[in-house]
Amino acid sequence: MSRKAITGNGAVALALKQVEPDVMSAYPITPQTEIAQNYAQFVANGDVKTEYIAVESEHSAMSAAIGAAAAGARTITATSSQGFALMWEMLFIAASLRLPITMPVITRALSGPINIHCDHSDSMGGRDCGWIQLYGEDAQEGYDNAIQAFRIAEHMDVRLPVMTMIDGFIISGAIGPVQTLDDDKVKEFVGEYQAVNPLLDADNPVTVGPFDGLHGWYFEHKVSQNRAMENAMRVIEEVGAEYGKLTGRPYSHFTTHHLDDAEVALVAIGSAAGNAKTVVDGLREKGRKVGLLKVRTFRPFPAAQVAEALAGVQVVGVMDRSDSFGAQGGPLFTEIRSALYDAVPRPQVLNFIYGLGGRDIFPSDIEEAVSVCEQAAAGESVTQERHYLNLRED
Amino acid sequence: MKKWQIDDIDTWGPSRHELGATIPRSGTADDYNTGGWRVERPVRDREKCNDCMICFFACPDSSVVVEDGKMAEIDLEHCKGCGLCAAVCPRDAIEMTDELEARRKEEE
Repeated sequence: MSRKAITGNGAVALALKQVEPDVMSAYPITPQTEIAQNYAQFVANGDVKTEYIAVESEHSAMSAAIGAAAAGARTITATSSQGFALMWEMLFIAASLRLPITMPVITRALSGPINIHCDHSDSMGGRDCGWIQLYGEDAQEGYDNAIQAFRIAEHMDVRLPVMTMIDGFIISGAIGPVQTLDDDKVKEFVGEYQAVNPLLDADNPVTVGPFDGLHGWYFEHKVSQNRAMENAMRVIEEVGAEYGKLTGRPYSHFTTHHLDDAEVALVAIGSAAGNAKTVVDGLREKGRKVGLLKVRTFRPFPAAQVAEALAGVQVVGVMDRSDSFGAQGGPLFTEIRSALYDAVPRPQVLNFIYGLGGRDIFPSDIEEAVSVCEQAAAGESVTQERHYLNLRED
Repeated sequence: MKKWQIDDIDTWGPSRHELGATIPRSGTADDYNTGGWRVERPVRDREKCNDCMICFFACPDSSVVVEDGKMAEIDLEHCKGCGLCAAVCPRDAIEMTDELEARRKEEE
């Protein structure tokens, strides 16, 4: 084990290098990140034996990954922003073919206006494509999640692709401290890859991706996919606990901070959870009963556990770094509020949209969100409409 | 070789199928008769054809049947009538003809 000063991109690329999968396909031009660039360098330097397929688009990157995974290879790719959007069609194919591809995603805005900065529009837009989604707060979690993703995806009760997110630039481009494992420890943790029905097993020929017929079994297969998601709920925890024994950093679906006696609580995902933690600590020193829940697993969504953790809180403020236009709020908000519907007593849930297109979020913005929640807890009337943090108002 | 008993597949629930709808045998497209989609039927002139096999490589449905290194016939069970074979034939040995007309003649 060693401690490195490394960018988020560098940490994730290192994790992938230590796993050394059979195939990586990647589109090598912007909006691609340094993860793919670094990995190409590892291949060119002979550090890894991975077959690197440079493709002509992100749609092709995911298509090539699907082909390689169906052939029987442990397969990865990486993407961000518009590249993620261009993969869209194939993301569903990867999940429905039950191929355990893993993919780090550097979360960034989707155009337009053209904007390259951090928000969660890309990955949150892909929340229903059948991939498991794990969000990291910092470079350390990006590294740790990238390694665990292989075990989760490849578990025989799951066999679903996994994407692991870290925030664009704020984490991906910034240098931070990361505890890394030795190569052999990582390889030992992920283990040997076991392909299921691989195309290259010539003794057992298979047909992958067939037409399901006019009165086929599409419906049954979709239910099977959702059951795999339910299984993933358990497997993510098992893998996170085992990883904790190895590293001293156990992982679960979410973490809580000062939540036990909290009257109001924030829910955040990604790097802003770190800022929120600092704000909560400061407010606690002033005697304000504030807590925080940081979401790691967004798909499958750990609704029952989240509801249990937030039981007893009077007002929950959910921070969304992307919006769902015309919906009742951002993606995290609708998920949390739905999870709390059956809670008795049911907390009031407010939505705070922030950080779109890389708009800065300051501690004072997060304090403002807490204040709004406290006003609601004190019985004041607070709108259920979206609250915007650091927006230029007319 | 995997065995795949599907006699009662109509009763199968979500957990009985192979992962990802994979079928544990190959060549399943053979079971699927796509010839019915055809509106134009390729007809080959045996006199003009010199078995160069360019149509064999061009055919997207593997419907050019080869026997003993020669072009034997076009598999009308699977040919969708796209006309690529006729377009690439260097000797104009394949003509696309009206499918309905051909069927009418067959019925007579």
